[in-house]
Amino acid sequence: MKQKQRSKRFDLLSKRDINRETYVEPWPEAGLIVADSPYDPQPSLTISAAGEVVEMDGVARADFDALDRFIVSRALDLAVAEEAMALPSQNYARMLADINVSRADIARLVAGCSPAKLTDIIRHLNVLEMMMGLSKMRIRRQPANQAHVTNWREHPALLAADAAEAALRGFAEVETTVRVARFAPFNALAILVGTQTGRGGVLTQCSVEEALGLRLAMKGLTSYAETLSVYGTEMTFVDGDDTPWSKAFLASAYASRGVKIRFTSGTGSEALMGRAERKSMLYLEARCLLVVKGAGSQGVQNGSISCIALPEALPGGVRAVLAENLLAAMLGLEVAAGNDALASHSNIRKTAKLMLQFIPGADFIFSGYSAIPKRDNLFGGGNFDAEDFDDYNVLQRDMQIDGGVQPISEDEALQVRRKAARAIQAVYRKLDLPAITDEEIEAATVAHSSDDMPRRDIIPDLEAADAFMAGEGDFVAVIRALQEGGFDDVADNILEMGRQRIAADYLQPSAIFDADFKVRSAINDPNDYAGPGSGYRPAGERWAAMQNIPQARSPEGFIEPHTGQPLSRLVEIGPASKGAPNEVALALGPAFGKILTTTIGGLSHEDVLEAILTGIAAEGMIARILRVYHSSDCAAIGYVGARLSGSGIGIGLQSRGTAVIHQKDLAPLNNLELFPQSPSLTLRTYEAIGRNAARYALGLATVPVAVKIDNGARLRLIVQTALLHRRETDEVDPDKLPQELRFDWEPDL
Amino acid sequence: MSAYPLRDNAPDRLRAHSGRPLRDISPEAIAAGELNADDLRTHADALRQQAEIARDSGYPQLAANLLRAAELTNVPNDELLRIYDALRPERASYEELLRLADYLEDSYDAGENAAFIREAATVYRERNLLRR
Repeated sequence: MKQKQRSKRFDLLSKRDINRETYVEPWPEAGLIVADSPYDPQPSLTISAAGEVVEMDGVARADFDALDRFIVSRALDLAVAEEAMALPSQNYARMLADINVSRADIARLVAGCSPAKLTDIIRHLNVLEMMMGLSKMRIRRQPANQAHVTNWREHPALLAADAAEAALRGFAEVETTVRVARFAPFNALAILVGTQTGRGGVLTQCSVEEALGLRLAMKGLTSYAETLSVYGTEMTFVDGDDTPWSKAFLASAYASRGVKIRFTSGTGSEALMGRAERKSMLYLEARCLLVVKGAGSQGVQNGSISCIALPEALPGGVRAVLAENLLAAMLGLEVAAGNDALASHSNIRKTAKLMLQFIPGADFIFSGYSAIPKRDNLFGGGNFDAEDFDDYNVLQRDMQIDGGVQPISEDEALQVRRKAARAIQAVYRKLDLPAITDEEIEAATVAHSSDDMPRRDIIPDLEAADAFMAGEGDFVAVIRALQEGGFDDVADNILEMGRQRIAADYLQPSAIFDADFKVRSAINDPNDYAGPGSGYRPAGERWAAMQNIPQARSPEGFIEPHTGQPLSRLVEIGPASKGAPNEVALALGPAFGKILTTTIGGLSHEDVLEAILTGIAAEGMIARILRVYHSSDCAAIGYVGARLSGSGIGIGLQSRGTAVIHQKDLAPLNNLELFPQSPSLTLRTYEAIGRNAARYALGLATVPVAVKIDNGARLRLIVQTALLHRRETDEVDPDKLPQELRFDWEPDL
Repeated sequence: MSAYPLRDNAPDRLRAHSGRPLRDISPEAIAAGELNADDLRTHADALRQQAEIARDSGYPQLAANLLRAAELTNVPNDELLRIYDALRPERASYEELLRLADYLEDSYDAGENAAFIREAATVYRERNLLRR
């Protein structure tokens, strides 16, 4: 049989990361459609004279499921519903993109929209308009970020160290979870102590089964919870062993203990659980969000979360994920916008997707940036992880966009990691838990992942965790242990968390604590974006901190290595005139061998001169060296050389190493050969340049010098290029004529 | 919202669930072993104030939640967990849910929660979410 013909290009493309993903065509009957399922209802709402909703989105009250009942009873503002439902969906879409319409005006009306109405608004918006909408509708002014801190070994010292580093990097919330559920109290304890070592006021949580999560919160080991999952169909809700009422009660229970809560929803979960009822993911998410709002949650994490790969397998999936973030913000909910679970193999794709939340800003751009390597992430996560820290910092610096973190130095990281590990060691010692050794402290200080940690004996750790959970031990005991261990500042931070619990200010929408341990929420820091020149933008100290990546160097540092003592063998002897026909003129830039003494590629100017002169001599010609003062431009230098050269052939050479072979009858910006990639030029190349120049002077047929193409050179060296050129330009004297030089050198022939 | 944040603007009015004033919750009190868990727990009054702030700021559902939360501050941990469990699908009968509502109302003056549970009971009965 004939072998199918294979394109080498298609073969290569098939191996790219983007082609490790799964793509599927929509199938509305299975819920595999991100928006606009043909089975999605048309928006409608009928309110009886008695003020009761008797029909919503084409369903009569008698046929309402539990979610419909919850939504009409608790989520919808019936006072505006009639006006809200009557306003055409396109008007909402235009208001979202219109800087002259305020967030409050939109929020007032959105409060009366049914799920199908919300979905219908999105129909009219492209991603750019949705990003405009999100930047306006986000409820807190300043965006923030949440980190995931877990490790496969569930090592307490490593958890504390990583949590401390995450806090130092600026994450406002840190979430952990468990591999073995019994470890929950210790993991929660480790990130509590770790974060409060890094920065007081970082909120923490441990994602576990609902009842266990509540018990951790009651012990004061966590300060927020976001695992309150809701689903868009009744059957999925029941499969998740909850109802809107049980979830809402849980929310009140958490709040009664002073714990911030955030619900979890997101596209794709219903389809994944086989209960989508032929509806689009976005329509079901709109239902979820109204349940979340009706339950009185201050916020939601959505953006598909752990199901992200499912919408991304479908057309329009990434757009739909932004749409659900926007809907949540429109409903006045704090949004932790996803970007947590592994969503793509492709770095291009994952970064492009991130931009939809990063650029407009979200209350939390990530609902879990993996502040640890992927292999230690127990959330199935790590779309961005610890190995992307520097990339992320640079993205912030590039766009002057506050992504909620800042760069830190290696020394700062080591210091805070060691302190956090020692603090948890002290807590373990005072509470009589299995000892954490000094060896473990040192390992956690420098570790990247749990591979770098010594093994712990899990059996006694688990037994101690069980006993701790069953006993009276709580954060009061932890604070005392820290005091006794000499960690008063960490103890004070945890105590302040306790005081904040009493004040309960951080139960308000989108609350975080800032660097000064002050609460910042939609109440006292409401988003005031109203178009250009308004709203949050990083400035002052914050922008300075974002810029201050340790990799950035001072401009002087780029020039200094290329400077040195003027070459003693290169002496100026007087004004240059036209020379004899058997010569090639070599014209140098004004700083060559004087202020600057090496090329950008690190070749000494002496060696470069020798190489060119050797090449010219090898063809039996004589070299005459000139210095040009009135210009630092390579073509201008070379052109002067050609005009003064007796043969009419000149070589121009800048200090950074860029060279040209010129001929007197050519236009100034034309040339015989140009060598713009100075970093790629070797002494052998310079010799070949000299040889070719001589051959042109002799009228011989000449093969141009082959120079390797290195397209990365400009990328790597453009700063040096600019700064070295500027240094040379500093030496320009517009009134000074070209001078003749003598170079003390004999051809080695 | 002049009172918000209460931690900064009204610290003298804040007290813990135990009744201890916020100003007495100090590192020294911890070190002396004078504080227990209830001294770092939220008092219903703070939650009611926060509910008012939420309502006045345009977050009525959050305000309702915080009012339910205020009522629950006096309900012991284990009971909270038990009520939550009863509200999960197919855990309780209609009568059990109504009794739970009455109990909350009678024992903890938790009228908002009682109404909430009665609403759940009605919907659960219609949607087949009661214990079978």
